[in-house]
Amino acid sequence: MSPGEPLLEIQGLVKAFGDRRPGTPVLDGLDLEAAAGEFVALIGPSGCGKSTIFNLLAGLIQADAGSLLLEGRAVPHLRGRLAYMQQKDLLLPWRRTLDNAILGLETQGVPKAEARRRARGLLDVFGLSGFEDRWPDELSGGMRQRVALMRTMLCQKEILLLDEPFGALDAMTRAQMQEWLLKVWARFRPTVLLVTHDVEEALVLADRIYVLTSRPARVKEVVRVTDPRPRAMTRPDLVRRKADLLRLLADEITPVAA
Amino acid sequence: MKRLVDVALPAALLALLGLAWQAAVWYWRIPAYLLPAPSVIIATMWRRADLLAGHALTTLAEIGLGFALALVLGIGLALLIHASRILERAIMPLVIASQTVPVFAVAPLLILWFGYGLGSKVVMAAVIVFFPIVINTVDGLRAADPDILALLTILEASPWQKFVKVRLPQALPFVFSGLRIGVAVSVIGAVIGEWVGARGGLGYLMIHANAQLQVEMVFAAIVWLSVLGVGLYALVAALERIAVPWRFRRLSS
Repeated sequence: MSPGEPLLEIQGLVKAFGDRRPGTPVLDGLDLEAAAGEFVALIGPSGCGKSTIFNLLAGLIQADAGSLLLEGRAVPHLRGRLAYMQQKDLLLPWRRTLDNAILGLETQGVPKAEARRRARGLLDVFGLSGFEDRWPDELSGGMRQRVALMRTMLCQKEILLLDEPFGALDAMTRAQMQEWLLKVWARFRPTVLLVTHDVEEALVLADRIYVLTSRPARVKEVVRVTDPRPRAMTRPDLVRRKADLLRLLADEITPVAA
Repeated sequence: MKRLVDVALPAALLALLGLAWQAAVWYWRIPAYLLPAPSVIIATMWRRADLLAGHALTTLAEIGLGFALALVLGIGLALLIHASRILERAIMPLVIASQTVPVFAVAPLLILWFGYGLGSKVVMAAVIVFFPIVINTVDGLRAADPDILALLTILEASPWQKFVKVRLPQALPFVFSGLRIGVAVSVIGAVIGEWVGARGGLGYLMIHANAQLQVEMVFAAIVWLSVLGVGLYALVAALERIAVPWRFRRLSS
């Protein structure tokens, strides 16, 4: 694959919900692309249909129109090539840390002993050493998200969909988790699609940021961030970009009628 | 420390009530054929320990076998109901309607069909325990988090993997709450069965002792029944701690 060619292309994605035809449109011709190993963020007003995009990519729901290209070939969905992580950690309460982390390996048919061996070697990377035998109930919110992240990474898929993965965490823990994510991303180099409503999070993490319109969602603007990582939000150019992005988003929020 | 208090407090209250009972019998000179004093009951339990233990064993066997039968059939039916929407809509209303039939009214029929021996009592206990097991297991199988099931779909899990890795463990705590309800009522089932017609068991012993005005023996049998019930409940609770360990971790850590 040539360096310029995108790994993933989304073209003219349309989706409407509801019993009535044509239904309430959620996505209205969404175009998006991501290169192999690229970190792409999607931001938009809340309820603009960001999670719908992910459910379409994961094949949990069907698009009404539009196409999905993977390495230039049309595919119905990306299942089998992607791993998914959302705000809810979705840890199984009856599995300890290590066994939660290997869930994706197990469903791929890797024998349990082999899966555990692989996971054990990565506990350190995710800051979970010493916690491998804990039940999810015994872990803090940040730790639970790290187990979920570890489960996601252990699937060894080339595309990661992260749907507001740190949305439920406090600011300190979130900053810490963003550092983890960058470390893990640098190590495994998957293509990342991150949905977030946090402008700073997008600026600190992503190579490119897609700003979406309010529902029905289209791409309003694409912003490229080339600053070297780790990025401190105190840098003047990032502060300026944050203001720009916030202004773009503010345009999309319909003023409340008086 | 907390556990000790949990045991000591009710035990102390029980002892106090026993003393009050003893004093009342002594003060008002209540005859033993109406209300025997605790000391007389304890003496009877001591003297006739082998007789009581023998009958208790019979009752325990009835409950144990009935319970096992209900467990196998109940979980089997619950799986069937869960597997098919059509079966669910056909079976569930009948299962619920069957609960309006007082099981004790059926007891004479069960004696007729399954005899005076163990069989009728086993069926009696099984019929009573069956319902809470079916209902709770069906609820438990339904309780799986749809988001977790979607995650398994994305991870390309097979339907069998979803069942074994998510639905079954999710259902286990529900099954156990069914068992805890079942264990309490199973003792009632066995005793009623023995009252209606039997050759042994604590219920049988009570009926005969009562007819001969051996009220202290009736009380002794009741004490044994309570011990059986509490013991079985404790056994189920202990099994639950082994089978569903994640439910107890938060409390102990």
